[in-house]
Amino acid sequence: MARLVIHNEKITDRDAFIKICPFNALEIKNGAVEVNGSCKMCKLCVRKGPEGAAEIVEDQPVKSIDKSAWKGIAVYVDHEDGIVHPVTLELIGKARELANKINHPVYCIFIGAGIVDKAEELLHYGVDNVYVYDHEAFKHFRIDTYTSAFEDFVKNIMPTAILVGATNVGRQLAPRVAARFRTGLTADCTVLDIKENTDLVQIRPAFGGNIMAEIHTPNARPQLATVRYKVMNAPERNAEAKGKVTVCDLSNVVLNSDIEVIDVVPKAKEKFIENADVLVVAGRGVKTQEDLNMIHELADLLGGDVACTRPLIELGWFEAKKQIGLSGRTVRPKLIITCGVSGSVQFAAGMNNSEMIVAINKDEKAPIFKIAHYGIVGDLYEILPRLIAKIKAEKGA
Amino acid sequence: MSMNIIVCIKQVPGSNKVEVDPVTGVLKRDGVESKMNPYDLYALETALKLKETYGGTIKVISMGPPQAMQIIREAYAMGADEGILLSDRKFAGADVLATSYTLSQGVREAGEFDLILCGKQTTDGDTAQVGPEMAEYLKIPSVSNVKRIVSVEDGAITVEMDMANTIEIARVKFPCLLSVEKDIFMPRLPSYVKMRATKDREIKVIGFSNLKDQDEKKYGLNGSPTQVQRIFPPESNIKRELWNDSAEELADKLFNKIKESKFI
Repeated sequence: MARLVIHNEKITDRDAFIKICPFNALEIKNGAVEVNGSCKMCKLCVRKGPEGAAEIVEDQPVKSIDKSAWKGIAVYVDHEDGIVHPVTLELIGKARELANKINHPVYCIFIGAGIVDKAEELLHYGVDNVYVYDHEAFKHFRIDTYTSAFEDFVKNIMPTAILVGATNVGRQLAPRVAARFRTGLTADCTVLDIKENTDLVQIRPAFGGNIMAEIHTPNARPQLATVRYKVMNAPERNAEAKGKVTVCDLSNVVLNSDIEVIDVVPKAKEKFIENADVLVVAGRGVKTQEDLNMIHELADLLGGDVACTRPLIELGWFEAKKQIGLSGRTVRPKLIITCGVSGSVQFAAGMNNSEMIVAINKDEKAPIFKIAHYGIVGDLYEILPRLIAKIKAEKGA
Repeated sequence: MSMNIIVCIKQVPGSNKVEVDPVTGVLKRDGVESKMNPYDLYALETALKLKETYGGTIKVISMGPPQAMQIIREAYAMGADEGILLSDRKFAGADVLATSYTLSQGVREAGEFDLILCGKQTTDGDTAQVGPEMAEYLKIPSVSNVKRIVSVEDGAITVEMDMANTIEIARVKFPCLLSVEKDIFMPRLPSYVKMRATKDREIKVIGFSNLKDQDEKKYGLNGSPTQVQRIFPPESNIKRELWNDSAEELADKLFNKIKESKFI
């Protein structure tokens, strides 16, 4: 249990000291520097301030939990009506990699109705045990019944870490489970690793800015993390199935719900930017809405789709589902061509795993060039028409 | 029927231009201005629309430093009736769990409610987790990704939840918590007249000592199971080429590269 204490007598330059804090959490009150509620405990003042000026004080020794009681890396099987979301396989691949490092098993938790045969299929991807909660009550996703089944799983199996896809279901289910066990949950991890003591090393973009944060859950179990689709690599399917499927007893699971599903209607089939092999992305460098025509034309010629950055959503030029980035979609196409995109970290987080990144931007210093494989310093208005003409000529030939 | 609605709002940095100086490791933040989390505007607008149809009261609740009163004033100017700010040094350094717990304790001080509305996520944390965790602490049902309110009946609300491939239409019993999607309703602008009329309206400030649960270990840094070990600037890609040439040359090179990689 730690808190921050400021030793004013050790501060040489008060103004310089309070400026160290990027969150304006240090302020001068009654002639002394104090910490206010904006503090994020980033400890920069401890590290960057004069020696001893800011100090982390441990109030009382922390009662440590027994980490050895928690074993296994679990993956939540994300599905809609039994159709497993591919993020699940990606997470199984990651879970296997982590589990091998600490010699733990890999588990899946699968909650649904009539799903046992679908659970068998997961055994081809390197899972030791798939725990199945199979009941008509789980036919449709309802937060209360699903959380109850999840709770039962955690209590009985006690996995040290649980990976959940950051889908519309995962992003509401994981927090409910985390709060039920009063444990840590880290959203949208882009890198996952594990330490020998089973602490999960979770890396994600943080503080809404150009910063990555490494986050640990050092004294709570299970450790929950969500990961977006197309961030990790899915393993190859093995011809042979290994491991087993365990159908779980439901006597301790609450099947009654405060939520009644009246209907489930399919959404109109639409093109998702997540599924495109080629994406052409419009950024703020595109000056008018009419100019989007050439972006669309290039995408069509390459058999791809068009996506955009956040400012263009705010302009109303695109629907929200076309947005790439932390507040939009994560994509991993084979080829992505960004046009007039500066490349904020939020944007990059949504596309930097793309196989081939081509960036066109006038500004040589644009951050997009730090992640582009091929950075083209030039005016998209001069380059795109020429490129389009060349592709047309080639196709006509 | 009239509804008592609580809307959760958060003050976020006005700009996302935060960088780490790669040499000193110090965070640099351009511009200190802050604003209401844009996604919260949709939650507030949803509340205002429900109130217009069914009557009732709207309370906004926020956790943050005293400066966050500014966004409560903004909510008043949009039509909120009451505002609560949870502010205390003991709340500092809170992660998702501690934040959700503190808010759930604050909600208990706000009195009876039928519905809690949250935005989809914040623009600074981007986690979308605080809503469901709060609901868990309050032991009420929750639905995220709500894209449409279908109807309000006695004791329940029917909503459309956006799933990956389907829309789930669900009737949820009150009290409950909904996280609404962007674009559920177009948020109104704050009204100058309302701003003037509410400029002296009270904002209830609640500190640690006002909360029912007096266990300090559940708040702020102490109540946060996750810990930031380090922060660092994002890595750049390993292999990269920067082409600086005439437009003709660049178009040629790009065409050849795309062709060579078999995209044409």
